[in-house]
Amino acid sequence: MASASIKPTRMELNRTKARLKTATRGHKLLKDKRDELMRQFMLIIKQNKELRQKVEAGLAEAMRAMSAASSVMSPDMLEQALLYSKQSVDVGMELKNVMSVNVPAYTFRERSEDPSEIFPYSYAMTSGELDDAIGMFSQTFKDMLELARIEKTMQLLAQEIEKTRRRVNALEYVMIPEMQQTIKFITMKLEENERANTTRLMKVKDTILQEAHGYEQ
Amino acid sequence: MNGYKIAVIGDKNSVNGFKALGLDVFSAESSEEAKGMLHRLAKESDLYAIIYITEELAQGMMDEINRHKDDVVPAVILIPSRNGSLGLGMSALSSAVERAVGSGIL
Repeated sequence: MASASIKPTRMELNRTKARLKTATRGHKLLKDKRDELMRQFMLIIKQNKELRQKVEAGLAEAMRAMSAASSVMSPDMLEQALLYSKQSVDVGMELKNVMSVNVPAYTFRERSEDPSEIFPYSYAMTSGELDDAIGMFSQTFKDMLELARIEKTMQLLAQEIEKTRRRVNALEYVMIPEMQQTIKFITMKLEENERANTTRLMKVKDTILQEAHGYEQ
Repeated sequence: MNGYKIAVIGDKNSVNGFKALGLDVFSAESSEEAKGMLHRLAKESDLYAIIYITEELAQGMMDEINRHKDDVVPAVILIPSRNGSLGLGMSALSSAVERAVGSGIL
């Protein structure tokens, strides 16, 4: 601690005391924030885990179906069938505030309501396997969108928790102890000054008494 | 805000199914190629809210992907490729936990 740079004055003492009060309060608030963020984070983690397993299973199935489709159709035909899509998606994004962290919430709109619009080709030229595959992709896609939201939320929360945790620790282990030390140092110094003053006064009194009456106490 | 789009980056055979759903599909055969794509797509951040990328390509470009972690847009999400899951998505989960808690608890 840099006690040499601290001026042991009453003003400095009062100021440090005020700062300590603020820091203690801030520490408590940040700790509460961290705990709540952590709680939210744990919920998100659980959801994320389940959703990811679901998406991975769904996609694996869809891609297997796609492989099956490409094995019965010629690559050129497949390419041609998927060349131009009828459907297009439009994603809206709003920010939701979770404990002062802005997390995205996606809204999803397909250009066309008709579910058959996901098949951009004529049925005459393509195999049924392709239809199955596309259907599976479409089913999994809803979960994929949710996964994107959850995963982004998770990342942003993790970042905020890390930041908050650092602040809490800095306050708890550096700032607050340092201020407490400063207060102790100043108090002791002031008390010492007080004692020094008392002793000096007693000494002066002795001297004066001796000079005036010629006797010792 | 509205009007965002969704992009998918992956090897052709894995991702061409997404085309039919109306997503923007970009096919890349190597991580190097995908790096450039991701960079370009992310720069037009008003356009793509979500970028899905296959784990196979993601493997060689984790630094580039992690760079987008703290931004709200775009969300870069890993998906398994045609050859199955590599478990990268799950490890991203535990790395987020590690970051938040300070140690792995899962």
